[in-house]
Amino acid sequence: MRDRLIANAPLRGAAGRFPPIAAAAFALALAIGCASAGARAAAPAPTPVTPDLIAAAKSEGRVVFYTAVDVQVAEKLGAAFEAKYPGVAVQVERSGAERIFQRISQEYGSGIHAADIVDSSDVTHLYVWKRDGLLAPFVPAEVAEKWPADERDADGCFAADRATLSVIGYNTKQVKPEDAPKSFADLLEPKWRGKIVKAHPGYSGTIMTATFELSRALGWDYLEKLGKQRVLQVQSSTEPPKKLALGERPVMADGNEYNLFELKEKGSPVEAVYPTEGTPLIAASAGVMKDAPHPNAARLFATFLFSQEGQQLMSDVGGVRSFHPDVKEKAGRKPMSEIKLLKSDPAEQEKAVETIKQKYAEYFGT
Amino acid sequence: MTATGAAAGERSPAGGVRGRRVDLSAPVLAVLGLGLAVLVLLPLGWLVVYAVTDKAGALTAGNFVRLATDPTFVTPFLTTLAIAIGVAACSCLVAAPLAWLVARSDMPLRRTVRALVMASFVTPPFLGAIAWEILAAPNSGILNQWYCWLFGLDPWDSPLDIYTVTGVVFVMTCYAFPYVFVLVANALDRIPADLEDASSILGGGRWRTLRRVTLPMTMPSLLAGALVAFLQAMTIFGSPAILVLPAGFHVLTTKIWSLFQYPPNPNLAAAASLPLLFVTVLLLQAQRRLLGRRGYTVVGGKSGAPRTVALGAWGRWGALAFAVLILAFPVLLPYGALLKTALVRTASDPLTLDNLTLHNVAFVFGEFSATQLALKNTFLLGVGAATVATALALVVSYVTARRLVPGHRILGFLATAPVAIPGIVLGVGLFLAYSRPPISLYGTLWILLLAFVTIELPAGYQQMQAAFRGLHPELEEASRILGATRLQSLLRITAPLLRSSIVATWCFVFIGAIRELSATIMLTTANTKLVSVIIYDLNESGDLGAISVLGITLLVITFVVVILANRIPGFGGRSG
Repeated sequence: MRDRLIANAPLRGAAGRFPPIAAAAFALALAIGCASAGARAAAPAPTPVTPDLIAAAKSEGRVVFYTAVDVQVAEKLGAAFEAKYPGVAVQVERSGAERIFQRISQEYGSGIHAADIVDSSDVTHLYVWKRDGLLAPFVPAEVAEKWPADERDADGCFAADRATLSVIGYNTKQVKPEDAPKSFADLLEPKWRGKIVKAHPGYSGTIMTATFELSRALGWDYLEKLGKQRVLQVQSSTEPPKKLALGERPVMADGNEYNLFELKEKGSPVEAVYPTEGTPLIAASAGVMKDAPHPNAARLFATFLFSQEGQQLMSDVGGVRSFHPDVKEKAGRKPMSEIKLLKSDPAEQEKAVETIKQKYAEYFGT
Repeated sequence: MTATGAAAGERSPAGGVRGRRVDLSAPVLAVLGLGLAVLVLLPLGWLVVYAVTDKAGALTAGNFVRLATDPTFVTPFLTTLAIAIGVAACSCLVAAPLAWLVARSDMPLRRTVRALVMASFVTPPFLGAIAWEILAAPNSGILNQWYCWLFGLDPWDSPLDIYTVTGVVFVMTCYAFPYVFVLVANALDRIPADLEDASSILGGGRWRTLRRVTLPMTMPSLLAGALVAFLQAMTIFGSPAILVLPAGFHVLTTKIWSLFQYPPNPNLAAAASLPLLFVTVLLLQAQRRLLGRRGYTVVGGKSGAPRTVALGAWGRWGALAFAVLILAFPVLLPYGALLKTALVRTASDPLTLDNLTLHNVAFVFGEFSATQLALKNTFLLGVGAATVATALALVVSYVTARRLVPGHRILGFLATAPVAIPGIVLGVGLFLAYSRPPISLYGTLWILLLAFVTIELPAGYQQMQAAFRGLHPELEEASRILGATRLQSLLRITAPLLRSSIVATWCFVFIGAIRELSATIMLTTANTKLVSVIIYDLNESGDLGAISVLGITLLVITFVVVILANRIPGFGGRSG
């Protein structure tokens, strides 16, 4: 099966294009391929969209989507789904990934099953939920055919629905391009003291993943020194780009690349910087809950989420990166193949979560 | 039991034998006592249980040891105390003169000033904090930008930084001073002129009368208000979370909240709430001792209308300028900031004709799927909680004020106890108590109703108590001597006299429920979202435009409800 997946991988795809993400994904595949080989239980057969499924979804009437992606992007995705399948309303519950994880624990712990489909930017959450039996195996046809093996669960419980990078950024009106920081090490310079905005790993799965990747690449010393720079501490990874556009701080130490794209394309004076040491890559994953109150609507929405239409929308409107080979990225966005990436290891990350939170509180105060 | 109850109820100054009357004392006490006990003691009980056990469930004192020795707990506690003292002091300094000007002087536009103070009371503190972020963030704040533009300064040298302890004390005072104002103004409204006239007749000048007669008469209200402001500042979650976390330090409530991030540590969180409880009990004791046994009843059977002080031409307009200046901070500036942010695309765009857009309004009412449900839930819960809590406060304060039954003091204590529990910890206690069988309420609106009633009951009870304290029993006793039952006296004599207080309490609780965030954030789920929670969520992801639209909507709804409620004559004026 793994051979079939690689054979169908975009490298030799019929379209002949070489999507930027494939290179990274393939490199990752080599690293993780051996580890995942053992976990190859029988993944369910890919499920196509049938008229029966659509009818069942319409009779359910609603799908509840817990997501960590920016709320405006999520609502646009929901609106597109509602336009395509009238009769099924999308209820978006947006919060930081770590917060979503806390809510699901609280809800499931009290026997409340409110969520139909969940997307989290901290992939370790999906691993935990799968282990606890909260996810339903469900593979949309497009994921089975087109997704790289290491961006989807071998048992079909979840797959990466978007990827983003946590980048350094600056406000072009306040900082000249030649003065802007070019690497993480540059952020430690005294001239940036009191001028940096940064998000929190206790709220954001993106930042949790990025901090884990940074701690492995640069060590805890680096984070300790960054903690002395008197950063403006915000919560969500969607917020630093907005604070840059606001003019509140000239530099962001981490935050979503996709928000920067969005703001820049609307005319805000912001620019992303891909640090020389490497840019943290975050592959956010989504899965359908086993005890979903609207199971058919959930599966229909999952199919839409992973379809070319859904992925293209998220790329155009949201600026996120996609693993779907047929998604065309807007011009002006640096292709992934040209960026040096820092990647995560979900198993290791899960073990490190406590340490990360503790050390972060120690170095940054909260 | 009925016989004893009947006997107790029948004891009257005139003595003599009465016929059978409907006496509700015993059943009322039983129902009240049970209800309050469950309401208050159940979450408290779970908190104590969690505070003294560890994760495995074994008894331990380790939580307290950790609290006392770990600087990441001691520092937030001290910071919180400092902030609370600052807020209480500043609130009194601001509210007392303003209340005097409004209730006792001939300053023009007094009703408008009262309405503006009401507006600042209605504004949820977390919304005010966000508005002040927009106004006074160190580099992008509107006020800072104006200042730098005016004086030609470098943008990095702006004077105001809202992300500091001073900033948070300032913002909290803006939204805590109305508590002091309302209490003091109501008290001033009721003090009859004869006491001050007597002072003048005996040779006291204006200042002397103010110092020796008016001030001591309002002292219980001032202290009660200061206490409320102090406790609000100690236990609030929203404004500190918005203003101090960006600065990289914690207050106690945000620290407790952080303990619930995965993996949660409810034991430590429960233990951390006990010092707050202790401090509150101390304060309540101190207040009781300070006020002593002096009688403060002023509405007797022989009152005259309060007398206004003439300020003179300059004094009148000077006073108005002072009042407007004070009210610019909680109301005029923040509302302006919210309105501006709602209408431009990015919060820092200048307010020019090209930058105006309805994009944010379209998003909130068109695209954002949580809006309608949240508005409906908030409104329902606000009205429900206000009605239940007011009824409860009225009955409990009647029972305690008139000492109807033995054990009334325990009732009074139970009614006031929730004030000592931080909202967020009460949220946890309620979650722990009601998210398991047999009573599983988590995920429904009922648990939120319970939370709101529990949280707002002390404020409602204190208000009703202050009203009762100012109402001498002689009026009711006169009625009963003339043959009315206790219930008839209550309905036909006492309640009309308290009408303005009842309406005020209802509005108090309604507004309190609308602006509540600390407990709500623990108890809401996808289907029981409230506007306060979605505003907080949006703030964590920086969507200022959407927040401003939602905030303005919330304010409009609250104003409409409060204005409608106050169509009932009697509030804010001299009648009643």
